Amino acid sequence: MSPVNLVITLLLLSTLAYYLGQGRALALARPLGGIRHLHSLPLYYGMRSALWCGLPALALVVLWLVFDDPLTRWLALASMPPEAVPGGAAERSLLLSTIVNVASGALAGDGQPAAVVAAAHRYQEVRATGQHLIAGLAIASALGGLAWGVRRMSPQLRARQEVEAVFRWALLASASIAIFTTLGILLSVLFESMRFFDAVPASDFLFGLEWSPQTAIRADQVGSSAAFGAVPLFVGTLLISAIALLVAVPVGLMSAIYLGEYASARVRDIAKPLLEILAGVPTVVYGFFAALTVAPLIRDLGERFGLSVSSESALAAGLVMGVMIIPFVSSLADDVITAVPRSLRDGSLAMGATRAETIKKVIIPAALPGIVGGILLAASRAIGETMIVVMAAGLAANLTVNPLEAVTTITVQIVTLLVGDQEFDSPKTLAAFALGLMLFVTTLLLNVIALRVVKKYRERYD
Amino acid sequence: MTEPGKNTTEVIRSSLARRHRAERRFRAYGITAVSFAVLSVVVLLADIVAKGHGAFQQTYLRLPVTFDGTLLGVTDAADARQVERGDFQALIRAAVQRRLGEPASRAELREQVALVSNGAAYQLMARLRADPGLLGASETLWLAADDDIDTWFKTRGGEEFTGRISERQIGWMNDLAERGDAELRFNRTFFTSGDSREPEQAGIGGAVMGTLLTLVVTLLLSFPLGVAAAIYLEEFAPQNRWTDFIEVNINNLAAVPSIIFGLLGLAVFINFFEVPRSAPVLGGLVLTLMTLPTIIISSRAAIKAVPPSIREAALGVGASKMQMVLGHVLPLAMPGMLTGAIIGMAQALGETAPLLMIGMVAFIVDIPRGFTEPATVLPVQIFLWADSPERAFVEKTSGAIMVLLAFLVVMNGLAVLLRKRLERRW
Repeated sequence: MSPVNLVITLLLLSTLAYYLGQGRALALARPLGGIRHLHSLPLYYGMRSALWCGLPALALVVLWLVFDDPLTRWLALASMPPEAVPGGAAERSLLLSTIVNVASGALAGDGQPAAVVAAAHRYQEVRATGQHLIAGLAIASALGGLAWGVRRMSPQLRARQEVEAVFRWALLASASIAIFTTLGILLSVLFESMRFFDAVPASDFLFGLEWSPQTAIRADQVGSSAAFGAVPLFVGTLLISAIALLVAVPVGLMSAIYLGEYASARVRDIAKPLLEILAGVPTVVYGFFAALTVAPLIRDLGERFGLSVSSESALAAGLVMGVMIIPFVSSLADDVITAVPRSLRDGSLAMGATRAETIKKVIIPAALPGIVGGILLAASRAIGETMIVVMAAGLAANLTVNPLEAVTTITVQIVTLLVGDQEFDSPKTLAAFALGLMLFVTTLLLNVIALRVVKKYRERYD
Repeated sequence: MTEPGKNTTEVIRSSLARRHRAERRFRAYGITAVSFAVLSVVVLLADIVAKGHGAFQQTYLRLPVTFDGTLLGVTDAADARQVERGDFQALIRAAVQRRLGEPASRAELREQVALVSNGAAYQLMARLRADPGLLGASETLWLAADDDIDTWFKTRGGEEFTGRISERQIGWMNDLAERGDAELRFNRTFFTSGDSREPEQAGIGGAVMGTLLTLVVTLLLSFPLGVAAAIYLEEFAPQNRWTDFIEVNINNLAAVPSIIFGLLGLAVFINFFEVPRSAPVLGGLVLTLMTLPTIIISSRAAIKAVPPSIREAALGVGASKMQMVLGHVLPLAMPGMLTGAIIGMAQALGETAPLLMIGMVAFIVDIPRGFTEPATVLPVQIFLWADSPERAFVEKTSGAIMVLLAFLVVMNGLAVLLRKRLERRW
């Protein structure tokens, strides 16, 4: 029985258990004179039976799905004569994948040694037996649970409390997924990064000035020695993010101020949704726009002024990224500016200050922490933005701060290193995870600081 | 402040002009900023539409095709194996020659054949397979033109297309167009077929299907989990460290760069749990983790908006806390939650970066039919096409972007409508 069919069977059995449990509760109640003599409503008895029937069996299936693969592999290897099993871990995993491929028919068994073919047979056998076994066990457990849940039932049974307790645990588990996601991110990035730092010293990575991750396939090859100095990537990321912020912060801030303080309701009603459109456009669209429209435009403009501009200039990617985060900055700025108490504004205007003076000398200083927090959030977003730079920025790791040249960023390198074939023992692939770690830590720090600043500021006026 | 010989009023009066100039300047900055932002929107959308509107049309050529059995090498059209091996390219060669005249050289012959798309042979094969009686018969068919011809035909009269098209081909096309044998028709292939290396045969059908499958997985996982998490945090969570920790994590995950979720998918789902690469299930799992914070945050807002009087009334008539939440708060908060879910799905629909990490960038021709088959999604398809060197792909890419934006507009419009129609103000 395939896992999907098994789960469907279990769900059907649980439905059956629900109706049986409910029916039994009603049957119990009838001689007593109606369901008001039961502790809980009949549907809770039904749900309790369904849970008893379904939950343990589903837990079994999940456990099996997690552990069946390593277990069958181990059994298949154990069935081979000991002299046919190599000692090294790499050779062993190679042998294992051969066995699995022969068993699944992806690899013809003819050319393989007899021991491998035998092990493949064994693998198939164990797998088939395992599937039968787990199907039998799960269904037996479901039937047992059903019988237990339906039989052990009395009018005094606190069925509602039991069912609600299970629900509560399920709710808690759902809420805790956020924690496990963070943990998963941290562990996966950390684990692979440690393997990377085993091969490449952390100081070379953090302070090295040269980045060329192509590793030589043979030791005697020339010109392809790997270098993992990430400084050019950091500089490139900062350069593009700085350009983006130079566009987004003034424009976003001034639009928020103008729409909040000056614009008539009609202008606001038109302009605000238009700004929101910028936030809703997928990043891949911005990437396309940057690569095919903005970059050639900037290059042609530069040529007219006699400048040599790379067709993958940092300027193009940064400008478009800036446009992308305008609505982000403006909505955050709008939030913090409207949070400034009315009385401050009125006080300043009453003293005879013009509106511009009120905004510049009273509102902005009062909202400054919030604005700074917003800018930090925008910076974190610019650093982590991927598609625009993948499509419009370069691949070559130039160490330069000239916005007219091509630079590369952390995210671009992660994508280039991981798209396509990967081997998880080469430093080239693992380097992507080390970069991911840097990215995660940087953005996390920026976010935590920004959220803290914004929160503190909100509390001040609440 | 007072200067000698002037009283305060005079000082202020003399500075008024300057101050009002500053005020006007400041206002002008604001107008410039708003105009810049609005202009960006307009330029972005106009650029995409200008580049992409042609993708919905395709140049077709009318050619007299004879299903000649000897040319094809087919004796029995009912025999599927024979038809499969038939030389349909020869039929097209013959049809083009019949229409344009005997070529004088091999180069001319090559240019003649190059007018018609490579996919036309499959079109003829499908026709013969559907109707074996056609063998030996002649009919006039509209066949798709090659992408270079297509691009030239669309930009005819406008900007000069310096593509791979010869003077002779231009002459033939002008001739065909004059007699009405070449025209632009609605491009069905673009919507129904999968990816292809040939621009005129490439379509977004596969990518749209992959997107749909991926979003179904995302919705099925993220909506129940997000709602459950929101209920717990709003209604049940005790004030303790674990709850605080959950909240901190949700807020941080909402701001983690999406590419990091791709790394997580690669390391945990592919390498550890061995979920098949490139599959919609995998994409759905990764996007679920990514959209979960959005859905949780909006669902919490929806629950918060339900007034406490409802809760007190339910508890007052003897409902348990769980009954109160599931039977009264949840239904009232549902419209808000659904709005949040749609916005989360719109976010997932536009996401590209994490899917690149988990192998959804493969070149996939077949339209996926299941959750575990290799698939790609619309934004990734856009990314792939944007990288292609053929000029005709620029048009296809912009066309695909227009379709993607249309989906987003519909989803966001639905969310706004839902909010207006169903959300109650207390």
